[in-house]
Amino acid sequence: MAKTLVWVEHDNTQVKDATLAAVTAASQLGEVHLLVAGSGCAAVAESAAKIAGVGKVHLADNATLKDALPENVAPLIVEFMGHHDAFVAPATSNGKNIAPRVAALLDVMQLSDVLSVEGPKTFTRPTYAGNAIATVESSDAKLVITVRGTAFAKAKTSGGSGTVEAVSGGADAGLSSFVGAEIAKNERPELTSAKIIVSGGRALKDADTFQQVIFPLADKLGAGVGASRAAVDAGYVPNDYQVGQTGKIVAPEVYIAVGISGAIQHLAGMKDSKTIIAINKDEDAPIFQVADIGLVADLFNAVPELTGKL
Amino acid sequence: MKILVPVKRVIDYNVKPRVKADGTGVDLANVKMSMNPFDEIAVEEAIRLKEKGVATEIVAVSVGPAKAQETLRTALAMGADRAILVQTDDEVEPLAVAKILKAIAEVEQPGLVILGKQAIDDDSNQTGQMLAALMGCPQGTFASAVAVDGDAVTVTREVDGGLETVKLALPAIVTTDLRLNEPRYASLPNIMKAKSKPLATKSPADYGVDTAPRLKTLKVSEPPVRSAGIKVADVDALVAKLKELGIA
Repeated sequence: MAKTLVWVEHDNTQVKDATLAAVTAASQLGEVHLLVAGSGCAAVAESAAKIAGVGKVHLADNATLKDALPENVAPLIVEFMGHHDAFVAPATSNGKNIAPRVAALLDVMQLSDVLSVEGPKTFTRPTYAGNAIATVESSDAKLVITVRGTAFAKAKTSGGSGTVEAVSGGADAGLSSFVGAEIAKNERPELTSAKIIVSGGRALKDADTFQQVIFPLADKLGAGVGASRAAVDAGYVPNDYQVGQTGKIVAPEVYIAVGISGAIQHLAGMKDSKTIIAINKDEDAPIFQVADIGLVADLFNAVPELTGKL
Repeated sequence: MKILVPVKRVIDYNVKPRVKADGTGVDLANVKMSMNPFDEIAVEEAIRLKEKGVATEIVAVSVGPAKAQETLRTALAMGADRAILVQTDDEVEPLAVAKILKAIAEVEQPGLVILGKQAIDDDSNQTGQMLAALMGCPQGTFASAVAVDGDAVTVTREVDGGLETVKLALPAIVTTDLRLNEPRYASLPNIMKAKSKPLATKSPADYGVDTAPRLKTLKVSEPPVRSAGIKVADVDALVAKLKELGIA
């Protein structure tokens, strides 16, 4: 049976949800081993060992691994790939940063953003902003894949009985250093795990209007807030709100698109949502072609009214 | 300092791709092609670094068919100094592209390689990271700000929760995200001037790189189609629907 190594996405305190989808994908390939690389992250390894279906958890605890710098992490993973057949990472910003570096060091052509496992070396993945789904077979001896979080069920966080094994390694490559991060403090649910998302588009006019119209509705519903690329480009909200081909891929229970026309690249990020609701004054807007429930109305009247009536 | 800017010729951003009826790929016959939008941002960033006096020369590179010359001429018209076309009609995967770029970098010795974070055709998001690995260089992916200071570059990166800043030793690889800059349009005089800028044509074999694909595409299909639902008349009807969904 194939041995897979899953890179665990975490913040040195807890396992991030995206890891759980990667574990599910890996379990379809073979035995699942995890790598927790970080600094002061023993608790992460302990909880990772409880994820259902997990075998060994390798814990590399080293100050050089604290910030997931790919220059330090990738060589460590390459060492482990001497005795694993597949490397699996979630297609998060960290996963996307690290996996190709690993692939090139192993002389393997990576499969990005995998949607399904079709066979031991065969996968489906989206191309052209999700407008074409390719079924692709690898001829490399080892596999390197990143996994789209919304395409796989999350592995259960309990019931597993993995064993934690401390390993050394992760020396400083001396190429890069971490300066700092500005992680948005957000009281609202994270986009990739929110059950409901309210998204705004360019029609929201400016940053203040976006906040005044979208935020109250989102807060009433306990929803996460997203935005189209146009709204991000126009500076209404920061880039980490962006839903689409080049932003986040989401699949909530309910997605409410407000003043979003429905460009291809936006649809690529949200069309797997269970129910899509669109509010737009242009009845020909492409968003209505994918919406389950549409309301043709001026958002500046309709959204406050909706917020008031909920 | 020299900057290497790899660019890719891809389906135009505004064209909706159509899957071929026989499931072998996407129909690109008679479709408008353009420079990958993220690569335009890379060219723009290189030009701005030259305008600031940080860079002295910008070399644009493309791996692709003869028509990729047009893409390179666009880069030259924007402000790149010269171009290299590594000509091949085969589809070249990111790993092989990275190997070709590494071979070019060994000759050109750039201080920075700036390229798009992903191409909007295969959406792989791999080439920059792979090149960094092969060159043994640091990487600053998904950049929203780039500042060169002496023998290091500080890159602000777009990450899942916000922004992250890393400092990298030069030479380094930077991949661009959307908000890094807004690319300029080439002026007519510059488009004319670009025609006389040097453009060298090479082949993958010149760099000793085997471009045989590692991945075999078995099938390309349309994604499941979502059909349009209903339209409601007013906010009250929408509220009623939300109640049915159990969210109000």
